[in-house]
Amino acid sequence: MNLTRRQMLCASVGAAAAGVFGFSLSASAAPEATAESIKNFAGGKEPAMGGDLTLTTPEIAENGNTVPIEVSVASPMTDDDYVESVVIYAEGNPNPDVAVFHFTPMSGAAEAKTRMRLAKTQNVVAVAKTSKGQVFMDKKEVKVTIGGCGG
Amino acid sequence: MRNQIIAKAAAVAMTALVPGIAFAGGPVDDELVIDGEIQMITRAAPPEGHPLDEVLSGWLYRTEETRLLETDTFENPGMLEVQDGADLWNTVDGSAGKSCASCHGDAEESMAGVGASFPKWDEASNRPINVELQINKCRTEEMGAEAYKFDAPEQKALTAYVKHQSLGTPVAIDLAEGHMQSWWEKGNELYYTRTGQLNLSCASCHEQNNGNYIRADHLSQGNVNGFPTYRLKQASLVSLHNRFRGCIRDTRAEFPAAFSDELMALEVYVTWRGTGLSVETPAVRQ
Amino acid sequence: MDNIKPRVKVPKSASAGEVITIKTLINHPMESGLRKGKDGKLIPRQIINKFTCEFNGKPVFSCELEPAISANPYIEFSAKVNEAGTFKFSWLDDDGSVYETENKIAIK
Repeated sequence: MNLTRRQMLCASVGAAAAGVFGFSLSASAAPEATAESIKNFAGGKEPAMGGDLTLTTPEIAENGNTVPIEVSVASPMTDDDYVESVVIYAEGNPNPDVAVFHFTPMSGAAEAKTRMRLAKTQNVVAVAKTSKGQVFMDKKEVKVTIGGCGG
Repeated sequence: MRNQIIAKAAAVAMTALVPGIAFAGGPVDDELVIDGEIQMITRAAPPEGHPLDEVLSGWLYRTEETRLLETDTFENPGMLEVQDGADLWNTVDGSAGKSCASCHGDAEESMAGVGASFPKWDEASNRPINVELQINKCRTEEMGAEAYKFDAPEQKALTAYVKHQSLGTPVAIDLAEGHMQSWWEKGNELYYTRTGQLNLSCASCHEQNNGNYIRADHLSQGNVNGFPTYRLKQASLVSLHNRFRGCIRDTRAEFPAAFSDELMALEVYVTWRGTGLSVETPAVRQ
Repeated sequence: MDNIKPRVKVPKSASAGEVITIKTLINHPMESGLRKGKDGKLIPRQIINKFTCEFNGKPVFSCELEPAISANPYIEFSAKVNEAGTFKFSWLDDDGSVYETENKIAIK
């Protein structure tokens, strides 16, 4: 074993997360599971990174129980050109699925905010699909603070 | 001294973990305005005899995302329980067929500013009384209802509802009433008494090390102007005495019962330490 | 579940064609099914799994939620208002309960 200092820290944070959330680390989903889900969602297309989709997350979440996130896709949102759906994954959660947002031209804007749970420091991934078949992706790492004072 | 070194080392470790981010360090320079209209006091001049130069709200020690949750009373998840408290206020309970509203009418008027002056001296019981105990006193003596058990959801919700009517009002308790001063002194002594296997006093963290990190926690001054507080960890309101017990447990000490003489004295003293800060109930913390 | 009270924030009026922001919050534990209770047994999953918003009977926005959504789910989204009418909001619980609320909006 030749762990860097950062890997050591991450490992201990992960162990703490398992205690807090009652997840076992072995149950933690690998990024491959997320990649597979994205493939299904995108209908086999390779999503374009960034572009019209913006995923906004905190760099550091003070508590993994409540992490505010926001997705926004630049789109005219007309009857023949609108964002159909945006899916959110958390690569390092026991189950990477988080939410799927479905928009219509009546949404006016392809924007949504919610609050999510993160078991440990990991990537959050958003993928958007438009009515014209375009697929966009954005990814942000969120560092989850674990090991504070209990209540 | 040793504890200070540990806290500093933790802060250094955190900085190493997240390079390029201003993470370690003291309170932020930010203003708390709720719903774009209620200007909150998060920095106050200390009362006479206070050991610190400035009294600071715990809000200033939180990250931007946590701070933002408190700036909008719709988005603040603690308001769900405050709404439950509003319903309880108007619900008849007990043999006398009364609700809180039967005697006190509209809480927005009758309770405005009231929560900012608790704990108060209670002549009948010859000890200080907080909002939770005042509610229980009304329930048993006026309504013919049972006292709420400690941390019953109804107790937290109604306490938060009453204190929320003082949102923005500066904390000001009257130590001249009855024997409040001697309870203050007892609380003061407890605040500086080291307890538990970790041998920590309240002051070890919240006076000597506020602004530093203890493991991953950014220590505040430990002011109590936002209780009951919505904690992201529990995803619900947390009462002051629950938090006191949590802190004491974290020192690995046996913790006193809620509303015991020890914790009531501590509530008097710690509330006084936050004199001048706006009531934030329900505050949002990590 | 009992005692679930959805809250929504919708402007009382908007200009024709305006895109408004709608905020929603509902008290719900979003029990993930991954936590153990005091008896050491897993607490069964119970979450809000779907949320929908309609305007005058037409779909505006919906979402499917997983256990990774925080307790007391908060959802914020937009809606384009072309005419006066009624927004209908529904939250679907794993136990089959549906929590609903409505809000009217006028045109300025």
